[in-house]
Amino acid sequence: MTVHTLRIDGHDVAGADGQTILSVAAENGISIPTMCHLDGLSDTGGCRMCVVQIAGSPKLTPACTTPVAEAMEVTTASDELVEYRRTIVEMMYLERNHICSICVANNHCELQDRAEQLSVQHFELPVINPNVGIDATHPLFAIDHNRCIMCTRCVRVCGEIEGAHTWGVMGAGLDARVVTDMGTPWGASSTCTSCGKCVQVCPTGALFEKGRSIAEGSKARRPYLPYLRAVGQDGPS
Amino acid sequence: MSETATPGGDGASQRRPVEDTHPAVSAGLSAYVCEAVSCLSRSSHEVLTKLGTQIAERGPSRVEVKRVGCLRLCAEGPLVHVPQSGQMFSRVRPDELAPILEALTAGPQHAASTTQREFFERQVPIATENSGRIDPESLDDYLDAGGYAALGRAIRTMTPGEVRDEITTSGLRGRGGAGYPTGLKWNTVAKATGTPRYVICNADEGDPGAFMDRNILESDPHRVLEGMAIAAYAVGASAGYVYCRGEYPLVVARVRKAIRDATRRDYLGATIMDTKFSFEVDVRLGAGAYVCGEETALIASIEGGRGSPVPRPPYPAVSGLYDRPTLINNVETFANVPPIIRNGGDWFASIGTAGSRGTKVFALAGRVVNTGLVEVPMGTTLRAIVFDIGGGIVDGREFKAIQTGGPAGGCIPAEFLDMPVEYESLTKIGSMMGSGGMIVMDDTSCMVDLARFFMDFMREESCGKCVPCRVGTTQLHVLLTRITSGLASTADLVTLERLAGMVQRTSLCGLGQGAPNPVFSTLRYFRSEYLAHIEERRCPAGVCEMAPEAVSA
Repeated sequence: MTVHTLRIDGHDVAGADGQTILSVAAENGISIPTMCHLDGLSDTGGCRMCVVQIAGSPKLTPACTTPVAEAMEVTTASDELVEYRRTIVEMMYLERNHICSICVANNHCELQDRAEQLSVQHFELPVINPNVGIDATHPLFAIDHNRCIMCTRCVRVCGEIEGAHTWGVMGAGLDARVVTDMGTPWGASSTCTSCGKCVQVCPTGALFEKGRSIAEGSKARRPYLPYLRAVGQDGPS
Repeated sequence: MSETATPGGDGASQRRPVEDTHPAVSAGLSAYVCEAVSCLSRSSHEVLTKLGTQIAERGPSRVEVKRVGCLRLCAEGPLVHVPQSGQMFSRVRPDELAPILEALTAGPQHAASTTQREFFERQVPIATENSGRIDPESLDDYLDAGGYAALGRAIRTMTPGEVRDEITTSGLRGRGGAGYPTGLKWNTVAKATGTPRYVICNADEGDPGAFMDRNILESDPHRVLEGMAIAAYAVGASAGYVYCRGEYPLVVARVRKAIRDATRRDYLGATIMDTKFSFEVDVRLGAGAYVCGEETALIASIEGGRGSPVPRPPYPAVSGLYDRPTLINNVETFANVPPIIRNGGDWFASIGTAGSRGTKVFALAGRVVNTGLVEVPMGTTLRAIVFDIGGGIVDGREFKAIQTGGPAGGCIPAEFLDMPVEYESLTKIGSMMGSGGMIVMDDTSCMVDLARFFMDFMREESCGKCVPCRVGTTQLHVLLTRITSGLASTADLVTLERLAGMVQRTSLCGLGQGAPNPVFSTLRYFRSEYLAHIEERRCPAGVCEMAPEAVSA
């Protein structure tokens, strides 16, 4: 196996051929904020939270999908990058409807965590907030699209781990939604195995178990499915 | 099965030698009727049919009435061209064919108006050399014009490496917008490992006001197929796709017919021209998504997936369609390939400027007299394009700006009219070459409204995969709408600039990265218009309607 040496934030590090910047950085204790990434699932580079600067490249690149290369010089946390990440968090908040105090995921939310981590204190950009509805037709789970940030983890875990391919993405631009069975109500889905993986991987309160009250302040997040983590540690298969 | 793609047409109407079987062109006169979609929509097919009938009934004899591709001067359609006399009849009505019949009876004489002469004489057609000369639905016509000779020469007398060298020598750069060196791209695909390899022709032309690729494919589909076949030989590909937007039904019909005809006569398919080289081509249709012109989204769409881009690397040259090495070039790029192989790379490199070789096809639209298709050498000034070829501004109004590069390009104000049009020079002043759409604006256009229009387009066309583009384009549109309705504050302008920069830097693909460009370029050259909207609550061009609350405040 070919090994590359490179520098991330001034640290000399080594990475295997094909390994991503994100995973090499994580191995060396350098934390790059992520949102759509989840160990064990394929990466799509959609949320843009993990964009880093590679010396000599005019463009910013997502750390989760860019493989390391010999003598690469990566900057993960310049002022510019941190500011962009703050704006991305702001956009995720303003796109739909995120009011933490009345959310099942309050204090268990990765979007909230990211906002705290990046010290997002106020919003300047226009609020969009369309009414996008809830699908509560499934007997055990429900999805509140107002809290969905379109990370597509549910789509990937359903296809790549459960193999059910129930979840998909429909619509474009701001009208994009995660949908079950190409747009049929979740409760009427013939492919859903009710395994609950999508609920487990959802970073926000969009996907949740029924029967949990907001007062409980929890969407019953269990530790991530053990095998999902195991897959992640072995790297993408 | 009907072999003709034109609605209401039939095979017999393709050529109409009236008196005898001699080739009419050498013996007598011809009338070329434009049947590209712009003229067709103004009933040019009826013109063709009636002209044929009337000549058959009343003479003159030995006149060939022929369907041809785009005659370029779209503003004046339907167009009928008499090549022997150089006469171009414009705005022809099916019930008023007498002047054409008279001209055909009288014989050769020059009567083209001055504006028309300017429009045609400054042009150097290479990619569009057969446009308006041959019947786009006739393989024989294309062969008579020297078609498929370049392919024969390439596969019989040249190695794939020699073909690639010729393209490299020519200095041809991608005509789809970014201007990536074509020879370098071909070499990258040729060196990548893995088979089969694919050649894709990107015909998903979607910029507002752009119709270069449509006219090339409608007028001369075989040329693009020949270019693709040469490319396939050069990079070792065995299959290819023409990815065409679904809104171009005539293109699809003509390309499909061309593929069928060429395959039947061994110019495509297995064992091309009795050599070992095989290349199968098929058509794939887009379903109306602008983002599918982006190469990774285009590949996803061909594979049957959702048309959303994926981060590069890996580049399609290394891992593209079905994870195989894939060459993707634009329609116009492929259209330039046969003449390069025929005349040599040095010939092509002698046209244009040092950094930008050859010619470029532009679709001239907007507030200009001669809207239509224009092919000029690289380095021609904007003034020559707008005023000499374009005939100036409609109603003699004042030129304000020209938008190049589509919704991801920028506007160019009057101060740069004498600048030569090249890839680098356009980028330097905040616009870009783009695929070739040019929209001319006069003093009746509001530049803030223009930026808002393009942002609305991008917002609508964002695939929704990445956050900065999905959310950012909508927020930029909200801010621009606030400005055009007189409700914005100076702080909104600051936010607009900051947000535009962020969307440009962090978006996943070219759509999001390019979306803020119209905002940047209008701010750069027309900031005063923004300030008038914000501080004085008025639109200098009188286009934007101020919200009632803005006026009363």
